[in-house]
Amino acid sequence: MRANRSLEIGTGLFVLLGFAALLFLSMQLPANGLKFSFKKPAGYDVTAQFDNIGDLKVGAPVRMAGVRIGQVTKIDFDTNTERAKVWLRIDPRFNQIPADSSAAIDTEGLLGGQYIAISPGAMPTYLTNGSRILETQSALVLENLINKFFATEANKSHGSGGGAKESK
Amino acid sequence: MSNGAQEGVLELVRKTGETGIFFVRLLGACIPALGRPRLIIAQIYNAGARSLIIIMLSGLFTGMVLGLQFYDVLNRFGATEALGTAVALALLKELGPVLTALLFAGRAGTALTSEIGLMRATDQLTAMDVMAVDPIRHVAAPRFLGGLIAVPLLTAIFTVVGLFGAQLIGVQFLGVDHGIFWSQAQSAVALKDVTEGVVKSIVFGAVVSLIAVNEGYHSEPTAEGIGRATTRTVVASSVMILLLDYVLTAVFL
Repeated sequence: MRANRSLEIGTGLFVLLGFAALLFLSMQLPANGLKFSFKKPAGYDVTAQFDNIGDLKVGAPVRMAGVRIGQVTKIDFDTNTERAKVWLRIDPRFNQIPADSSAAIDTEGLLGGQYIAISPGAMPTYLTNGSRILETQSALVLENLINKFFATEANKSHGSGGGAKESK
Repeated sequence: MSNGAQEGVLELVRKTGETGIFFVRLLGACIPALGRPRLIIAQIYNAGARSLIIIMLSGLFTGMVLGLQFYDVLNRFGATEALGTAVALALLKELGPVLTALLFAGRAGTALTSEIGLMRATDQLTAMDVMAVDPIRHVAAPRFLGGLIAVPLLTAIFTVVGLFGAQLIGVQFLGVDHGIFWSQAQSAVALKDVTEGVVKSIVFGAVVSLIAVNEGYHSEPTAEGIGRATTRTVVASSVMILLLDYVLTAVFL
């Protein structure tokens, strides 16, 4: 009876562990799966609004001068301003960020994910819990850049061509 | 064609037929075997729970080496942020199911074959037959079902441990950002990729268990015969796993 019991406990542990792993793989890992919220890291919340967040995701780092100071905790669409609203949780160690600092969405490397870069302002007051970063810069969308480049190139060649004719 | 080659081909065909017939008999015995869940639980313990340590250890080191290798390659393109994606997909779709099944064949498949083979050699199976107890229902089917249930669970554990092993190397030692590692992995993995891994592991579990049980059941009742049957289990299982892996991947893509 004793041996039987420990066998059953061992099997039960194994099966539970297996199902926990399956649950993790099917719920937590896929982007379209259900997510249990992880415990949020300590710190204070700051919001910022962007015209276009590009490929930014929850969990992306917030950096200042390249150093990680926090992370993105929530992304939503603000129906009043029709812009994307992003919640940033900043590590409590960095509590002296000037209130007029600006936020930009940058890309890490060529294939990398996007992150929020904060450039410090000059005001003597600091960002606190609930404050909003007013000055923002949207994500650069590569396709738009290429379109713009070709459009200006086309204009230039038209313009210079026309100019050359006129000068003759 | 030489005589030896002819014999070899004929033996291969005979073995395939023998396994096929045994599989049908086994399937017929599986439903009544479910009425004795204790036998199956004991086999899940033997095949699954006792393979846990080797599976977790292998998963950890596989994940760690993947983290190192992918980091090195991605670093050449300045794209180390894609580490999470690369490791998650590699583990989930290929390495998790294949390595777990290979380890399972070596750790549990051989034990199954030699156990049943020894029962055959010591006439226990014949004795059961004489007592009107169906040895397929009472010996083979619970072991087959135990392996079938254990392999997908072991695969899931292998994959999760591997992911955390890669995170350990990539994030803690090599300095990839924690948030980027997981958010990149999550954005690249779809539910379809998880399904692919799970389907593969179920198929591998069935194949390895079937081969192991069949080899034991039909082994020659001598010490030498059991040894040969155990070797055949590992060889046939490994070849079938790698072959079916290609077929299943082609089906899923």
